[in-house]
Amino acid sequence: MAGAYWCMVEDDRQGAPKKVMAEVLGEASRLAGQAGAEAEAVWVTDKATPEGIKQLGEWGAKRVWLLENAAFAPYRAEVWTPVVADLAGKESPQAIFAPVTTRQREFMARLAARLGAGLSADSTSMTMEGGKLVATRPVYAGKLLSKMAWAKTPWMATLRPNVFRPADPQAGASPDVQKPAVTVPAEAMKLVERRQEASTGLPELTEAEIVVSGGRGLKGPENFAILEELAKVLGAAVGASRAAVDAGWRPHRFQIGQTGRTISPKLYLGFGISGAIQHLAGMRTSKVICAINKDPEAPIFKIADYGIVGDLFEVAPLLTQEFKRLLEK
Amino acid sequence: MKILVMIKQVPDTATQVKIGGDGRGIDTAGITWIVSPYDEFAVEEALRIKEKRGQGEVVAVSLGPERAKEALRSCLAMGADRAVHLKDPAWDAADTLTTARALAAVIKQEAPALALFGRQAIDDDMGAVAAQVAELLGWPVASWIMEDAVDADGKTIRVGRQVEGGLEIFDMPLPAVVSAQKGLNEPRYPTLKGIMGAKKKEIKEVKAADIGLAAEPPVLSVVKLESLPPRPPGRIIQGEPAAAAKELVRALREDAKAI
Repeated sequence: MAGAYWCMVEDDRQGAPKKVMAEVLGEASRLAGQAGAEAEAVWVTDKATPEGIKQLGEWGAKRVWLLENAAFAPYRAEVWTPVVADLAGKESPQAIFAPVTTRQREFMARLAARLGAGLSADSTSMTMEGGKLVATRPVYAGKLLSKMAWAKTPWMATLRPNVFRPADPQAGASPDVQKPAVTVPAEAMKLVERRQEASTGLPELTEAEIVVSGGRGLKGPENFAILEELAKVLGAAVGASRAAVDAGWRPHRFQIGQTGRTISPKLYLGFGISGAIQHLAGMRTSKVICAINKDPEAPIFKIADYGIVGDLFEVAPLLTQEFKRLLEK
Repeated sequence: MKILVMIKQVPDTATQVKIGGDGRGIDTAGITWIVSPYDEFAVEEALRIKEKRGQGEVVAVSLGPERAKEALRSCLAMGADRAVHLKDPAWDAADTLTTARALAAVIKQEAPALALFGRQAIDDDMGAVAAQVAELLGWPVASWIMEDAVDADGKTIRVGRQVEGGLEIFDMPLPAVVSAQKGLNEPRYPTLKGIMGAKKKEIKEVKAADIGLAAEPPVLSVVKLESLPPRPPGRIIQGEPAAAAKELVRALREDAKAI
C-alpha cells in the first residue's frame, strides 16, 4: 500500500484534538483515497484521552501514532522534531500535513529541514495532478496564488484553518492505535511561565467561524464595546485593523492583516475598515464578507459580498438587535 | 556579543504585482522594494540588545540578487555594523531549505551568539527559514517572540513566544535562533548621519562556493502563479439604517446561509 498521509494533531493541551483536525483529516483522507492510501494521525502530547483518540478515528484517521510523554509539553521544536523524524524514517509517509497554528508552523519547518523535505506553508487548496500533490497558497499579500509542487516525498504542508471541508464524522470508527517506543531528546529550552491573556469569553481569532472587526472608523478604544456586543450575540471573535492596533486601541494579537493574523471565517463583518491591501491580505479568503463604512469609495466594498454605506455607530447596534431577534427564534 | 540578523528584500505591500513572463515569478519592473517589515523588528531588536550591553556587533545578512544590497544598506543605516550579501546564480530558484542551508553556513562561519529573523517574509509568507536554520545548526528556536532579555553573562536569552491565547516565557541557552513578531519593538528610522555612515560600511559578497555549497535542485518549487479568481460582484444594501440592517441579516441567513 502507498505511504500514509500523516496529520499532525493540534490539541487543546487537555487531551482533545482541536476541531480544525476535522479539516486536516478530511483533506488528507480525500487525497489519500485517490491514491489508494490512508490518512493517519500523529499525536505528540503529554496527555491524550481515549475520547480524543476516538474523535480522530471518527474524523478519518485509520491509525493514530500516539507519542505520549510528559516531556512533550510544553512544545519545543528541538524535542518534538527528532521523535517525529525517527518515526517518519521508519514509516515513510507519503505526506505530512498540519493545521496552521503558531507551533505547527515552526515545528513543520524544522521537521522539513531534518527530513530534507519541502514544506508548503499556509496552503488553501490541494489537488492530485498525475499522481502528485499540487498545493495552492496565497502570496504577495494574497494578491496572487502560487501553485507548489514537490520533487520528493514526504509532501509536507500546513493548511489554513476554516478553508478545507471538514470530514463527515464516521460514528463508531475506531482507529488502530500505535504507541511506538520513544527516546526523548535532550531539551534546550526551559519554560519559565505561561502568561494567559485575560479571556474575552469569545472564540480565538484564527479559529472563529464568524469575525467582527473594527478599524479607524470606530474613533476610539471604548467603541470596540459596540462590536463586542454584536460578537457576543453571534459567538464571534473580535478583530481589528492595523490602524486601530497602531493607535493603541486593541492589543496586537487582535490585528488582522499582513503583519497580524490571517483569518478565513465563514462570515467576516468589517466596521469602519477602509480595506487597505495589508488588511485584505489577512481576511481575503473569508467566505462571506460584509462591510459597513461611511465612505462609499472604501476599497473594502470591492471585495465585499454585502455592504452598507452608513454610520457604523447607527448600524452596528441595529445589527446586534436583528441578529438577536433571529437567533433567539 | 555578536548578533546576526537575516533579512529579505520584498515588494512593498502597496505595490501592484504582476505575473512575469515565465508564469512562475513576478514581473519585477516598477516594483518598490523594502526590507520585509518583520525583519525590521529583528534588526531593531539586535541593535537594542547591543546598545543595552554597551558592546557587540550586529551583522545584517541577506540572500538575493544585486538589488538586495539596497535592503542591506537600509539595515546599515539603521545601525548594523556590517553586512553579508549571499549572491549566486546557484540560489536563483532557492526554496526555503536551500536558503536555510546557505544562511546556516554563514552563521556557522560567523559564530554569533544569536541569530535573529523576522517571523516571515511578506512576499511568499513561508515563515520556515528560521526554524530550518535552527535545525541545520542544532540550535534551539523560538518563533514569534514578543519580548526578550539576554542575561548579563550572555549565556542565555529569556524570550516570550506568542502562542494562541497567550505568551510562553522560555529560557534558551545561547547560541539560539529567534524570530520577531510584531509588537516586539518599534523600529527606528535611519538618521541622516546613519544613512551617510552606511555608505562606508562593508557589504561582503559571498558566493555558494565560498561557504562550501553547490547548486542543488529545490525540493519545493512554484509551478505556476495565478491571479485570484474574481469574487462575484457584491451588493450594496440601500435604505434607511434600520431597514438596511434588517435586510442584511435576512440576506446573510437566507441567501448566503452564513448564519
